Amino acid sequence: MPVQSADQTQLFSGHGAGTLRLVVLLAIAAALMASDARFGLLGTLRRHGAELTRPVYWLASAPKRLGQAAVDYAEDRSTLLNENRSLREQILLSEAKVARFDTLVSENESLRSLLDARQRLGLKAQLVEIVDIDLDPFRQRLLVNRGSNAGISAGQAVLDGRGLIGQIVDASEHTATVILLTDPGHAVPVRVERTGLRSIAYGTGAADRLLLSHVPFSANLQPGDRLLSSGLGGRFPAGLPVAVITEVKGDRSATFAVAEAKPVAGIEQVKQLLVLEEELSAISADSVESDPDFIGPPQGLAFPPAQSP
Amino acid sequence: MSKSRVSGWALVLMVVAAVMLTLAPVPEALRALRPFWMALVVIYACLEWPDEFGLGTAFLLGLISDLVSGVVFGEHAFRLVVVAFIMLRFRSRIRFFPMWQQTAAVFALLLNDRIVTWMLRTFTGEFAIDWRYWLAPFVGALLWPWFFLLVSDLTQRRRSKSP
Repeated sequence: MPVQSADQTQLFSGHGAGTLRLVVLLAIAAALMASDARFGLLGTLRRHGAELTRPVYWLASAPKRLGQAAVDYAEDRSTLLNENRSLREQILLSEAKVARFDTLVSENESLRSLLDARQRLGLKAQLVEIVDIDLDPFRQRLLVNRGSNAGISAGQAVLDGRGLIGQIVDASEHTATVILLTDPGHAVPVRVERTGLRSIAYGTGAADRLLLSHVPFSANLQPGDRLLSSGLGGRFPAGLPVAVITEVKGDRSATFAVAEAKPVAGIEQVKQLLVLEEELSAISADSVESDPDFIGPPQGLAFPPAQSP
Repeated sequence: MSKSRVSGWALVLMVVAAVMLTLAPVPEALRALRPFWMALVVIYACLEWPDEFGLGTAFLLGLISDLVSGVVFGEHAFRLVVVAFIMLRFRSRIRFFPMWQQTAAVFALLLNDRIVTWMLRTFTGEFAIDWRYWLAPFVGALLWPWFFLLVSDLTQRRRSKSP
């Protein structure tokens, strides 16, 4: 009986689903989207909203944390001991490497001051942790657990131990969103380590693929070439490993080559990331030829420089 | 009055559950299979509580989803309003469908939602899809009968208890 009466009101008054209401609500939604995506008007609202969503995120990732804790607890003592031993060995090895590295750094600094080159900023970085939340799988975004009150702001570069991962795109008070290199809306200026060719690597939306389009065939790009950030554009410091070329083929017009590359950073595996603390100067010393007035063909078109071993 | 209060609480609980299910981390391979839980909640609410549930509520739930999933404001709102509108329009028919036809209708709705999302994201200009993008509606439709039976069982029991 209540069912029937509900149906009748539905049929005759059509309340709750009028076309006018539909049009008005869709218009409001479209206006919201436009003001948020195109003009960034809702930033403050988003920041306040992020405060509300923090406990929700915490709660949603609770089951996995609990499971992880249980697994950790149940882990065998002997495996822990083994792990401990191998970690100790690794620490020793790393210490030796670090010691060597320190001498290299001081040597490098003295050489640079001799050359009167601009002092390169030491990389100051902050450790952040990925919040274990699935945002949309078709968007290459991550959420991290530090925000503007830890000094993180939009535009800072994000890396892991192996290479560049992306940059901060939005920072609220306690969390920040990272846009990955592989996001289709992201591009990073790169330099091919072997030839010095400068290009731009675009994200494709697939987690293991970057695209370099409009590379001249004469640039002699080969699978296995390593791509470093070039430092042009001022967002990313120069010389960070970005990706490795996996495939080179001609584009549709057959005048340019298109190359696919695989990011070196282990986006799926890492838990902690580094956020670089300060934006670096627009062009760092070693990104362009040491002569600042260098004018000429793109490096890739010029005669390949001598290889250093 | 007691009926609408019961349905209000049921809706709140369902929304909380949908948000948790949407955010809960799953293995990488299963991520694309995650159904649009909030749409299932909206479809159920349109079927069962058409007097209390309207386009405005769907819009509100959409804003909540937007906030939680961190996408552009208004995207989920737009999608859920479309779902609720179609559902309320065809409610009187779908309500008396046998379960398999109802499931087919839900599938069509979810597929339509995928197309709407595709369109919206093309406009906001940051999207690349592959074939896995189209898997979620299948999962959603497969889950629908169980979802429907479970929720209506729970709410019905509550309702019969209240005088």
